[in-house]
Amino acid sequence: MAPPAQSQRSPSPSQPSGKSEVSDLKLQLRQLAGSRAPGVDDSKRELFKKVISYMTIGIDVSSLFGEMVMCSATSDIVLKKMCYLYVGNYAKVNPDLALLTINFLQRDCRDEDPMIRGLALRSLCSLRVANLVEYLVGPLGSGLKDSNSYVRMVAVMGVLKLYHISASTCIDADFPSILKHLMLHDSDTQVVANCLSALQEIWSAEASTSEEASREREALISKPFIYYLLNRIKEFCEWAQCLVLELVTKYVPSDSSEIFDIMNLLEDRLQHANGAVVLATIRVFLQLTLSMTDVHQQVYERIKAPLLTLVSSGSPEQSYAVLSHLHLLVMRAPYVFSSDYKHFYCQYNEPSYVKRLKLEMLTAVANESNTYEIVTELCEYAANVDIPIARESIRAVGKIALQQYDVNAIVDRLLQFLEMEKDYVTAEALVLVKDLLRKYPQWSHDCIAVVGNISSKNVQEPKAKAALIWMLGEYSQDMQDAPYVLESLVENWDEEHSAEVRLHLLTAMMKCFFKRPPETQSALGAALAAGIADFHQDVHDRALFYYRILRYNVSVAERVVNPPKQAVSVFADTQSSEIKDRIFDEFNSLSVLYQKPSYMFTDKEHRGPLEFADELGNLSIGEAANNVVPTQMVEENDKDLLLTTSEKEETKGSRNNGSAYSVPYDGSSTSVFASQTQIESAVSNPTLAGHSPQASFAIDDLLGLGIPAAPAVLSPPQLKLNTKAALDPSTFQQKWRQLPVALSQEISVSPQGVAALTAPQALLRHMQSHSIHCIASGGQSPNFKFFFFAQKFEESSNYLVECVINTSSAKAQVKIKADDQNTSQDFSTLFESALSKFGTS
Amino acid sequence: MISQFFVLSQRGDNIVFRDYRGEVAKGSAEIFFRKVKFWKEDGQEEAPPVFNVDGVNYFHVKVVGLLFVATTRVNVSPSLVLELLQRIARVIKDYLGVLSEDSLRKNFVLVYEMLDEVIDFGYVQTTSTEVLKSYVFNEPIVVDAARLQPLGPAAIFMQGTKRMPGTAVTKSVVANEPGGRKREEIFVDIIEKISVTFSSSGYILTSEIDGTIQMKSYLSGNPEIRLALNEDLSIGRGGGTIYDYRSSSGSGAVILDDCNFHESVRLDSFDMDRTLSLVPPDGEFPVMNYRMTQEFKPPFRINCLIEEAGQLKAEVIIKVRAEFPSNITANTIAVQMPLPKYTTRASFELEPGAVGQRTDFKEANKKLEWGLKKIVGGSEHTLRAKLTFSQESHANLTKEAGPVSMTFTIPMYNVSRLQVKYLQIAKKSSSYNPYRWVRYVTQANSYVARI
Repeated sequence: MAPPAQSQRSPSPSQPSGKSEVSDLKLQLRQLAGSRAPGVDDSKRELFKKVISYMTIGIDVSSLFGEMVMCSATSDIVLKKMCYLYVGNYAKVNPDLALLTINFLQRDCRDEDPMIRGLALRSLCSLRVANLVEYLVGPLGSGLKDSNSYVRMVAVMGVLKLYHISASTCIDADFPSILKHLMLHDSDTQVVANCLSALQEIWSAEASTSEEASREREALISKPFIYYLLNRIKEFCEWAQCLVLELVTKYVPSDSSEIFDIMNLLEDRLQHANGAVVLATIRVFLQLTLSMTDVHQQVYERIKAPLLTLVSSGSPEQSYAVLSHLHLLVMRAPYVFSSDYKHFYCQYNEPSYVKRLKLEMLTAVANESNTYEIVTELCEYAANVDIPIARESIRAVGKIALQQYDVNAIVDRLLQFLEMEKDYVTAEALVLVKDLLRKYPQWSHDCIAVVGNISSKNVQEPKAKAALIWMLGEYSQDMQDAPYVLESLVENWDEEHSAEVRLHLLTAMMKCFFKRPPETQSALGAALAAGIADFHQDVHDRALFYYRILRYNVSVAERVVNPPKQAVSVFADTQSSEIKDRIFDEFNSLSVLYQKPSYMFTDKEHRGPLEFADELGNLSIGEAANNVVPTQMVEENDKDLLLTTSEKEETKGSRNNGSAYSVPYDGSSTSVFASQTQIESAVSNPTLAGHSPQASFAIDDLLGLGIPAAPAVLSPPQLKLNTKAALDPSTFQQKWRQLPVALSQEISVSPQGVAALTAPQALLRHMQSHSIHCIASGGQSPNFKFFFFAQKFEESSNYLVECVINTSSAKAQVKIKADDQNTSQDFSTLFESALSKFGTS
Repeated sequence: MISQFFVLSQRGDNIVFRDYRGEVAKGSAEIFFRKVKFWKEDGQEEAPPVFNVDGVNYFHVKVVGLLFVATTRVNVSPSLVLELLQRIARVIKDYLGVLSEDSLRKNFVLVYEMLDEVIDFGYVQTTSTEVLKSYVFNEPIVVDAARLQPLGPAAIFMQGTKRMPGTAVTKSVVANEPGGRKREEIFVDIIEKISVTFSSSGYILTSEIDGTIQMKSYLSGNPEIRLALNEDLSIGRGGGTIYDYRSSSGSGAVILDDCNFHESVRLDSFDMDRTLSLVPPDGEFPVMNYRMTQEFKPPFRINCLIEEAGQLKAEVIIKVRAEFPSNITANTIAVQMPLPKYTTRASFELEPGAVGQRTDFKEANKKLEWGLKKIVGGSEHTLRAKLTFSQESHANLTKEAGPVSMTFTIPMYNVSRLQVKYLQIAKKSSSYNPYRWVRYVTQANSYVARI
């Protein structure tokens, strides 16, 4: 054991730094070792205590190993325990000396007191010395058969420890099958629970090489075994209940009555005071009802109150863990929680990690009926003493404004923020007003009047300054002194440290120039000169590009730099729905707290014992993970104000392709191929640059914006579907779980289609006429969710579809899974054409 | 599963350190402490209870200034680990009577002994004080509670603590009384933490009660206990929104939004006559947690006024009125109010004849503090403060100051009207008559008045 860093710190008097004290102890231990004087145990206790305390604070006391072992010949159980603790800690670094302990540990394993037997067995297995494993097999074997349940409990964990030291010894001794027998027959539930933990670990590790182990592992989620556990669940201690519940999530019931039976059986677990039990139960409920849309919604209603109670009854740390899960649910089903918004109000004494989550929830649940109150509350926080939270609150107001509800009132509030004269409030508000204008250009008049009054000298934060400059450029025709404000900023070019701001300044100068050339011309010249001389590569390049394109043709330049803009309808989500679903699948785990799926933060070997159901997904994810990180970085940089949303959405699209359990399909590869040829043509034909729209596409694509090859003409698909396809819900559910997502895309829904969706049944009939059948549906305006399936004509190959239609954005998010991956693209085309005809025919 | 468990003092020293699986390097305590201490450069933000550094997940809870930490490399249930850490702290407290750095240092060998049984190879075995009793052999070295320093510097770690200090007794469940035999007694505490937000016009914006019925039993032989609650108690507010006050006021019934129960509680006759029956395990545990948003009468009304009083000057008047019966007394009341950033000085004026009150202006964070030892029901207290500013204020003063927040404890009073009607102990013999303590207390959780 390396001496930990404690000793590097200035030693306090109570914490001796080591050497002399250790040798002193050594001496004293020696004296006591052979002594049989009365009261010797008490002196030993004192000494042992000292040794353990040194060990705890990180002083290396391994040199006392021999003396400690000599002193361990005692009947005093407290002494024994201290000695075991010591031995367990240092045996690994002293394998030779560890051999000394084997003797007395083995003897203790045969003691008549079950307590001693258990303790000795536990210590024996904790030595972690590979060449001592031969001494473990015997005692473990008898421990598993011990009449005392404490010893059996310890022995079961001992088997697992042995497995980690030497897997082959453990398997050769046939311990797994003994554990299996115990798991099915032992009367003590803790023994059963330990067997389950141990076997999950062992079989998962073995499954890759042994078919038998893989079969055994599957058997753990078979109906008889699951029922065996469920029927006794109340006999297990609360922690073991969590273990059982986790296993139950992997079980796929055969029909809905089974689902209801399990839920009825577990219903009262929702009232448990232990939050871990409640969350594990909730996960079971959510997983079981995944394909039963209506019941799934009822589950949300049912779990709301227990979750809120957990939030307020535990420590702030526990509240945080529960709130993170609540947050996930709120994001998935905001309407279920919209009337509970007051629960998400912040309390002044809450830690900021709790407040942040609550703010996000408030933005998520805001709708027509509660927006006014939520925004009023958020405005209170904006004046908060806790500045980071104040900032978050202002951002939250902005996000709500961008969700379209009651914008009038919010714009007024935001403008009030601008007048609050707190620099951080002004800064945040400026960024928001900018985003707001991109979505609601109609508000420009009101906003510009207020923004115009803000002196650029009072704005220091780069993001805010960039936003202000963007507005000055974009609305220079409406802001009287825009050219002059920009000019003064150009004059102070050298003092501007942020490259982001300088980039924006260049672009704003260009825009201003196109609108008010005479007033801007000289300043633009100065800006371009300063830009070209800039040491920052991007600034330099942009300035040079502007300069050249201006020289080429001013009107072309205007078309490039300041084309007419479309208002942004929806800002791109930061996380793909694929990743969100993945997190949801990992409910009640760290994934929810980190807001990342587990493959992003755990190594393969630590994914947990029962991840096999997901292995198929993991395989492709292994590669995808590499793609995800860089694309996320793009996303990060991509907050660049100049990107229009259409571009942003495409970035998102490309990310989907990259990260989604990427099964290569024809469509995407052709699009990549197509854009590559375009790049080539662009490179070989440099004179074309700037003219040909095709070439400019190619450049965009070079930047990783991934414009998909537009399926301009839909060729009639060759795929034929079975008009009388049939699939029962449980098979659907099982397949949905097992199959990876073959395709996921966004499809626009025609306005007529949106109108026709007031009666969702119409869509079901319509799709059926295209041989696509609905198996479950639900939701409320504006979000509807449908599960469809279809079958290939004269083949049993299935297509499963999840389709979420948002009527306010007129978009459908479609996820397709298929038995036959090769035809999923064809099916997708067919599905899209069917959906696009909805409402028109 | 858990890889390591350790307890750090607030200076970052290991008090106990147990490695269960050997998967995480030994320096983890150091890495953890650095990360927590320097979470954000400005030191303004607290580290979240769970974070990941280089593939290792660190979980921690703060209890009386100590950091209880677990590490793992696996994607486990965070609630499980955090709950477990909290539970370990509770079990230790059951054993030692008092949980503090001092008591932990004195008894670390006992704690090791306990940890051996609580977790084996990273898997939780038991957290029941009852079960652990038969495996733990060290005698606790009891720290005299009376000698305990007030939390002192540890208090900086106590942000947002919801656990209440000193309600249950500071007596170990295993240690014998100095006199020899154990006293037969049982404590039932009804603890309610209330959160109220008043608007600037005094209207109640939100209110909530988070209650716990907490039990600590020192009864030998584990007799069965029956606990009867109000008969008019109902759970779950069918239909309507939770904040629809009108629907519930006046009816007099106690309506809980939701509640949960300890494992040991049997609810066989709960639906019929609102009694809980249980065989209480040793140690302290919550019998029932409940949550209520039903309207209740807030114990205090707060009025606050801030207005300009000449150039670079302003006056603040805070009035606190106790709206509970005069036979009840609240204690340890603290009122706080953030003042404008440019406040340089504050001079205070208390009402004539005020005793046990203290006032302070915290220069560093520009906060006004007003402490009162006690407030008798029905009384009203006023504080006037004259502020001096370093600069002219342009904006509305009410936007620069406030809100007023308040903390207090009111013993023998609960706002929800939830009651323990009787506490019945299954009799062993006619002479068996243990002490029963049923105590009520109301505490402020977040009690805020906007100005």
